[in-house]
Amino acid sequence: MPLYKNGSFVQDPWSAIPEGEAMSPAGHVIAPLSWWQAERQAFAGSNVPIGVRIDPGTPMEEFLEDLPRFALIALVIPKFQDGRAYSTARLLRERHGFKGELRAIGEVLIDQIQPLMRCGFDAFEVTDPVTQAALEAGRVPGVTHFYQPGVNEAPQAGARPWLRQAGR
Amino acid sequence: MSQVISANRLSDGIVLFRAKGGAWVEQLRDAEILPDAAAVKAVLGLVEVDVKANHVIEVAAFEVTVKDGHVEPVHLRDKIRARGPTTHPLHGKQAAH
Amino acid sequence: MYRYDEFDAAFVADRLNQFSDQVARRLSGELTEEQFRIHRLMNGVYLQLHAYMLRIAIPYGTLSSRQMRKLAHIARRYDKGFGHFTTRQNIQFNWPALKDIPEILGELASVEMHAIQTSGNCIRNVTADHFAGASADEIEDPRPYAEILRQWSSIHPEFTYLPRKFKLALSGSPHDRAATQVHDIGYQLVKNARGETGFAVYVGGGLGRTPMVGHKIRDFLAVEDLLAYTQAIVRVYNLEGRRDNKYKARIKILVHEKGFEPMREAVGAEFAADKNDLLALPQSEIDRIRAYFAPPALKERAAQSQAVEARRARDPAFAAFVDTNVSQHKHAGHGVLTISLKPIGGIPGDATAEQMDLVADLAERFGHDEIRVSHEQNLVLPHVALDDLPAIYDALKADGLATANAGLISDIISCPGMDYCSLATARSIPVAQRISERFADGPRAKDIGALKIKISGCINACGHHHVGHIGILGLERKGVETYQLTLGGSGDEACTLGDITGPGFSYEDVVDAIETVVDTYVGLRTDAQEDFLAAYRRVGMAPFKKALYERDSGADI
Repeated sequence: MPLYKNGSFVQDPWSAIPEGEAMSPAGHVIAPLSWWQAERQAFAGSNVPIGVRIDPGTPMEEFLEDLPRFALIALVIPKFQDGRAYSTARLLRERHGFKGELRAIGEVLIDQIQPLMRCGFDAFEVTDPVTQAALEAGRVPGVTHFYQPGVNEAPQAGARPWLRQAGR
Repeated sequence: MSQVISANRLSDGIVLFRAKGGAWVEQLRDAEILPDAAAVKAVLGLVEVDVKANHVIEVAAFEVTVKDGHVEPVHLRDKIRARGPTTHPLHGKQAAH
Repeated sequence: MYRYDEFDAAFVADRLNQFSDQVARRLSGELTEEQFRIHRLMNGVYLQLHAYMLRIAIPYGTLSSRQMRKLAHIARRYDKGFGHFTTRQNIQFNWPALKDIPEILGELASVEMHAIQTSGNCIRNVTADHFAGASADEIEDPRPYAEILRQWSSIHPEFTYLPRKFKLALSGSPHDRAATQVHDIGYQLVKNARGETGFAVYVGGGLGRTPMVGHKIRDFLAVEDLLAYTQAIVRVYNLEGRRDNKYKARIKILVHEKGFEPMREAVGAEFAADKNDLLALPQSEIDRIRAYFAPPALKERAAQSQAVEARRARDPAFAAFVDTNVSQHKHAGHGVLTISLKPIGGIPGDATAEQMDLVADLAERFGHDEIRVSHEQNLVLPHVALDDLPAIYDALKADGLATANAGLISDIISCPGMDYCSLATARSIPVAQRISERFADGPRAKDIGALKIKISGCINACGHHHVGHIGILGLERKGVETYQLTLGGSGDEACTLGDITGPGFSYEDVVDAIETVVDTYVGLRTDAQEDFLAAYRRVGMAPFKKALYERDSGADI
């Protein structure tokens, strides 16, 4: 699936494992949370990179403990109007200090790329052809003035640094 | 029951009715009267082209009666759409009468 | 009033460019209607019964003359010469073309206005008491906080795709004129025992198909925590609010299903965990914003105006106008003037371009350049000298704007109803017009006294019928308009939802039914001082029900 990261489409080193399928011990797979919870013991002491897929509505307490173990968290956006992942992403980044890849999967469309980034996403699986074309052309529509600092955006010096920020 | 197909023009939102032959018209009296559900279904299939071409949105059929050549929507909502606000007789399609 | 600085101006310009691009992509077909809909809604563009509708924000209901003139210009140039002021301090134009809307928004931006977040599942236009900064009973002007909330909630990256719309309202007076308890979050300015100002916070109020009065979630919230606490509430809602059913997606349902105490705990925990310095409001910032809302320099004047008294003595219509439409100002010799947009038999909330221009002129000449829009669909000149009232009255009268009915039975709130709205199930405006004609603004209306009638043309309740002293809900039964009545509702600090009288009434009979209710009230009140709401609270539904349904005509059993 085309993966957009750091401003371009890149080879995806990760693969998703479907529900119920065994995982190669080499890692670099994105597993459903339920799978990880069942198989966790098998990976005790292993350093292979693990990714986990989180459906919206999953209580964060269910996976917070394992956060250091995950190199990637994929948050599912079932419909582009479903905004839960935005809050989850901010909490993972700002409150729980998650430093790994935060990937948006599901209905990822061009007009949501900027707000998703501002909430801490840094990777996007893009299936929509219009979105692919726009990203390939380097076009990420959005605004350049913000009344709220985003994740990893240092508040700008000047008026209302706690509330707003110009440029990116 | 007889029906007419309506939509809104994408560019300005104005209510349109589908006429015989595929044109979209602004007055209900110029619309094509479809005699039954089968005819409605067939025409709804045809107008998909106009939706895909981004000419119209919100395509839907509504019920009408025809008496002495006069077409009248059955439901109040459709009467208001076909004429304009009941509170502003100078605005909407009724202004043209 | 607030003035944009360079940043605010650049922000609105940014948003305009973004939306213009989205409109262009829609017209070219690059965006599907489904993808575009959410963007057009978040920029105030609906598709209604006849055409597109553009809803423009009037944040906390405050307008300058220049802004009002721009609205008049838009009405003339891009619409049909009139606009409709709504129950959420917005104005709606009913006929703009989609292709013109970027240009209209450009016009608005030139006077520091916009249509951002006037629809969509996001934080909507922030509303406030329309008498803010002027009323004698005020603790503090709530508008600086409303402006801070407006900025913070504009294109908020985390809260743009909420389960459903989210409405904030603020009141700075103990007498709540902003209906804060029927908002998703209501903020009521209060003083604590130490004399500090803060907010009582209400959450989970709302009307619609499941009306609920908000729960007081905080007795006293320090002003510096305004944004942090609001973020905590909205975040809990964003994560936990229902998304499976749009009719159960408002925060009131979450509070109801989760339980108020668990909700309070969840918000409290979120607030405690994220009380970061970033969102704590610095006093310097509050002061900076507040400076924009500094009251105008009003001259010292005698408490009683000789000009008013002289005119009053010879002109009963003027006397009625002053008695009904002028409220007490903080400053002696001044008044808060309500300009009724409810002419007898007219359309509640509609104003022509000429009327908008006139109000702009009057505000400039007599009102320190300030105009307010009330959620009751009237306009307000918040700071007028009593001595100027005769001149203002004469000018208003010449343009049909001197109806002396503020707060009386013909000062009716009405949603657009089926004459415009694609969601409506019945007409509202013509019902309001007929009630207004029946009771008018003469001695009978005056005798009936304070009475708020509110009409909605569908269960979504934009006309706030649940909190009308008399509420009217237009429904469709078997293809026919039917009107259900509620009695005893109130949107003020003693917020109550009205009780349904019983079976509904036909379009033809509903005005008679209202008259029956009113006559019943007049017959049973203790004296003229006991207004409808007080009488209803004393006697309850029974006498009204009896009068409505145990008689020969009018009842639709």
